[in-house]
Amino acid sequence: MNKPFDPSVYAQVPDANGRFGPYGGKFVSETLMSALAELESVYIQLKEDREFQREFDAYLAHFIGRPSPLYEAERWSDEIGGARIYFKREDLNHTGAHKVNNTVGQALLAKFMGKKRVIAETGAGQHGVASATIAARLGMECHVFMGEEDVRRQALNVYRMRLLGANVVSVTSGSRTLKDAMNEAMRDWVTNVDDTFYIIGTVAGPHPYPMLVRDFQSVIGREARAQSLSQTGRLPDALVACVGGGSNAIGLFHPFLEDEGVAMYGVEAGGHGIETNEHAAPLTAGTPGVLHGNRTYLMQDEDGQIMHTHSVSAGLDYPGVGPEHSWLKDIGRVNYVVANDDEALEAFHKVTRTEGIMPALETSHALAYAAKLAATMTPDQSIVVNLSGRGDKDIFTVAEVDGTDIFGEK
Amino acid sequence: MSRIQAKWRLLLAESKKAVIPYVVGGDPDPAVTVGLMHDLVAAGADMLELGVPFSDPMAEGPAIQKGHERALAHRVSLRKCLAMASEFRAKDVETPIILMGYANPIEHMGYGPFADAAAAAGVDGVITVDLPPEEVAAMNEELKRVGIDNIFLIAPTTPDERIPLIVEQASGFIYYVSLKGVTGAGHLNTEEVAAKVTQIKAGTELPVVVGFGIKDAESAARVGAAADGVVVGSALVNLLGDESHTIDARVKAAVSLLGDIRSGV
Repeated sequence: MNKPFDPSVYAQVPDANGRFGPYGGKFVSETLMSALAELESVYIQLKEDREFQREFDAYLAHFIGRPSPLYEAERWSDEIGGARIYFKREDLNHTGAHKVNNTVGQALLAKFMGKKRVIAETGAGQHGVASATIAARLGMECHVFMGEEDVRRQALNVYRMRLLGANVVSVTSGSRTLKDAMNEAMRDWVTNVDDTFYIIGTVAGPHPYPMLVRDFQSVIGREARAQSLSQTGRLPDALVACVGGGSNAIGLFHPFLEDEGVAMYGVEAGGHGIETNEHAAPLTAGTPGVLHGNRTYLMQDEDGQIMHTHSVSAGLDYPGVGPEHSWLKDIGRVNYVVANDDEALEAFHKVTRTEGIMPALETSHALAYAAKLAATMTPDQSIVVNLSGRGDKDIFTVAEVDGTDIFGEK
Repeated sequence: MSRIQAKWRLLLAESKKAVIPYVVGGDPDPAVTVGLMHDLVAAGADMLELGVPFSDPMAEGPAIQKGHERALAHRVSLRKCLAMASEFRAKDVETPIILMGYANPIEHMGYGPFADAAAAAGVDGVITVDLPPEEVAAMNEELKRVGIDNIFLIAPTTPDERIPLIVEQASGFIYYVSLKGVTGAGHLNTEEVAAKVTQIKAGTELPVVVGFGIKDAESAARVGAAADGVVVGSALVNLLGDESHTIDARVKAAVSLLGDIRSGV
């Protein structure tokens, strides 16, 4: 934060080697190197291709339902009594979260590359559902890798994926959560690299994924920026988004990076509390290392083994984070903070009751921090929170925490 | 001359192919690894690949993944593997040891300290699955400083124009990955392998060994005919993980398989 503000640096990453400062890169086995090079060259070409952009924009408008509204959370803001809080309503997208912006983009890349088989990893199931959805629409074969533990926690999304025609593969290796699902998807990709497109769900993975996922998700921030100007006549004072891998946060932040007056807060999952070591907050409490194809902040032990993570929300339960976030942390442009499980649950209930909007548990982490931040600000200031997903998928988890038996006699 | 170079000279003089077993350090039990390494040499191994356990072994098939998990359950990691190499080296000064693993445990130790520790332990070569030539410069510098060979993978998907980029950074030998897939997969095409090995050898003096998918004397013989050596991993790790037998019996079975493969190539 002490360095002079230089807006020109943000457009320069990643460099030709996929680096965001020291982070990012292509740390994969040789078998995948040519597939990544092919993807990069196709993407760079299609990015400027009018036909591709027109098709992508049409899907954003008519399939996903964009633009999503920028909504003033009046009652909640009044109650807090500080800054006005606005929600960027990604929960209103088709399939209920921001994930679909990216899956549509990548599936269209797959279509243009002539690949008929897509694979995806998923944690909470939102990315899996979004992948299965666009695969159904484009007539592609879809396989979704999901940790056994998450299959249990997110039964509703597993069934949704199956209804959409996807094959859900329960992953039983390692810690049986999102990171292991990603390992298994990489293994499938290595084996079927000729005909398969790997739709990565977050801004992590090897180059060019962190760049292209960011680009597809940046529609969130571009809309939010224009909506702020037209609805409030000015830019917001702060942005808040939850960070697991970090795709919804990058999507909101990126178009604002050059706006010096806009502060940014990425909220990691504090789990049971940073001091308990049971959390999923690599930017807050981790160190740099290499996992899943990129160098980034990780939760790792003294031997460089990846640690088990904990979060009440499956979508944040990941030991790494997108490399651009690692860079934004180091240069001080974005503040990374935490919200614990209980704070997220409290925000979930609060926003559900005062705004009639049930947020995802991932999103609830951002809301918990936004409430604290707003209280330190004044009513002439404003905060945009990325309302990254809706909470229907989480009601079983919430009921379990609350000790409610949804189907029972009690 | 490095131990790996010396070994290749000897093999060439005897017109022999190299047989290189892969076992995971600490699998199935840290107490047996060093003894297993000596037994494999006695059964005909020319070099040893010691797998360094990692929590997220992305390039491994189910057999070797389980090997990593068994070793990690005993808290074996890079430091303990180096200690095992050192213990082995105290009684065998000839057989090259190659560490095979993933970047993060090495990154976490630091490339410089790792190179020093590996050299001190008598390690001769390093294969880091997720450090392709584009990402390897910093580590290569340190390995060169201490005289450790950096061994690279070439895959069936490696385009022709990439091969020179890889061989110019490699030393010791080239490891050709015989199939598109993870370790231990089953669809080996011998003719394709032979053609690619011939092509690689046209551009380098380095020997080329073949691994991934070799499971018995017969597949080793077929692949060995086209290459300078074969790596056998999953088939051994499978035997070492077979819980229906005692650990002693598993070790004996793995050593015996290696002996069969030796006699086949």
